[in-house]
Amino acid sequence: MAQVEVTRHLKEYFPQLAATPLSLPASSVAELVQALEADAPGFAFYVCDELGRLRQHVNVFVDDEMIVDRQRLSDRLGDESRVFIAQALSGG
Amino acid sequence: MTKRVLVGTRKGTFIVEKNGMWKPRLAGHAGVGVNFVAADPNSGTLWAALGHGHWGAKMSRSDDAGATWTDAAQVKYPEGARYLSPPDPGEETVEGERHKLRPATLLKLWAIAFGGPGQVYVGTIPGGLFASQDNGQSFELNRPLWNHDSRGGDLFATEGSGITHWFGTPASEGGEFAAGLHSIEVDPRDPRRILVAISSAGVLETSDGGQSWRSRNKGMTNDYLPNAEAEWGHDPHFIQMCRAEPDHVWQQNHCGVFYSSDGAASWKKVSHPDQGVHFGFPIAVDETNGRCAYVVPGVSDAKRMAIDGGLFVARTEDGGETWRELRRGLPQEVAFDVIYRHALHISGDCLAFGSTTGNLYLSEDRGESWQTVTSTLPPIYSVRFA
Repeated sequence: MAQVEVTRHLKEYFPQLAATPLSLPASSVAELVQALEADAPGFAFYVCDELGRLRQHVNVFVDDEMIVDRQRLSDRLGDESRVFIAQALSGG
Repeated sequence: MTKRVLVGTRKGTFIVEKNGMWKPRLAGHAGVGVNFVAADPNSGTLWAALGHGHWGAKMSRSDDAGATWTDAAQVKYPEGARYLSPPDPGEETVEGERHKLRPATLLKLWAIAFGGPGQVYVGTIPGGLFASQDNGQSFELNRPLWNHDSRGGDLFATEGSGITHWFGTPASEGGEFAAGLHSIEVDPRDPRRILVAISSAGVLETSDGGQSWRSRNKGMTNDYLPNAEAEWGHDPHFIQMCRAEPDHVWQQNHCGVFYSSDGAASWKKVSHPDQGVHFGFPIAVDETNGRCAYVVPGVSDAKRMAIDGGLFVARTEDGGETWRELRRGLPQEVAFDVIYRHALHISGDCLAFGSTTGNLYLSEDRGESWQTVTSTLPPIYSVRFA
C-alpha cells in the first residue's frame, strides 16, 4: 500500500482527503491518481489534463524524487512508497 | 427587480448590490481567477468560469445565489479532439508542414451564455463551443464548429486539409496562443440561431442549433493581413446583439467598431478615430434600441490604455454615425484603466464596467453620469448584471 499525502491547497477543494496520508493500493502513480479519483471525484482533472498528462504546474514526488513520466504517470510504486502531490513552486 | 452586478476578477467572484449605495462583497472563489460569472435567466443558477493557477480551468456553479459554490460538470475536450496551429519557435516541422496538428486540452474557459431552458454554452481556448442541454449536468463539444472547413476540416476522423485560418491570440491574459471563443449570442427570437466570435478567426452563425456554421465576416476589414478583406483572420474582441432587435449586431474589433443591421450578414465600419472611437475590447448594446451602443475606447493595439489619461464611455444612438463622449464622474487625469471584453454590461438604463486596475464604475442614467463603486478590487475580468 502506497502512502499518499496531498498539499493543503488540494484539501481545500477535496475535504475527503483531509485525513491524509492515505494508504491506497496502487502499483503506479497513474493507478494512485485513479484511486484518489474514486475517493474524491474530480481530483484527477485537478492534477492531470484530459489526456492524463500531469498538469504543467503540478508535481508528484515518490520517496522525495520527482516522477519521471509526466505523460502517462507510469512511475512504479512499491508497498513502502511515500507519494506527495503538490503545486509546483511559483516563485516570487 | 433589484439589480445585482456579478463581477469576475483575478482573485475571486464579487457581488455588487444596492442598499442605498452600491457595495461590493466577496461572494466566492477567493484567490482564484474568475474569467466570467453570470446568472442563467432560466434557472437562476450562477455560473463561474474559473482559471486555477495550478489546477486548470473549472466550471463552478451556485444554486443559492452565490452563498455556496460547487464544482460543476467539467468541460473537457473529447478523446480525439485535435486542432491545427502554427509551429512554436524551435519546433521541428517536416517539409511543407505549415501547421502542427495538436491534441486539444482545455486551456481556458472564457465565456458563458444561456439559450432556451436548460441550455448553457461555454466558449473556450483552444476555440471550442461547449453546449449543455440539461442545465449544465453535462457539456459536449460542438463538433460541426470544431470540424469547420476554415480550421482544417474533420480532425477527429481525418488528417484534414493541414491548413487552418484560425490564428492564435495572445490577447487573453494567460497568453494561451490558440484561437479563443469569447462571444456567444443566442437570438432571443429563436435559440437555434447563435452567433459566435473567435479572436483571430471571425464571426460564425448557426441557424440550426449548431449543426452547421457559416462565416459572417462580410464587410469586415483588417489592417494586419496582406489582404485587408480576407474572409478569415479577423479579430473580433466582442460582439453583442440587441435583445429587442436582434438583427442589430455590434462588434468591437481589433480594427475598429463595426455595426450590422442585417443580423451580421454584412458589417459596416463605424469607428470615429477623431473622437477616439476605434480601439477597445468591450461593447454593449441598448436592450431595446438596436442603433444605440456603448464602447470604452483605448488608444490603440500598441497602447492599450485610456486616451490621454482620461477615461470615457462613447455612446451612439444612430447606428454609429455619431458618437458622444460620456465623461462625467469618470477619472480624467492619470487614468490607465483597461477594460476587458467581458467587463462592460448594460441592463435597462444601468451600465457598469470594471478595469484591470480594479476600478468598478456604474451609471444609472445611460452613461450620462458615473460613480466609482470601488477602486480596490483585483483586476476585473467580467461584469454582468443579474
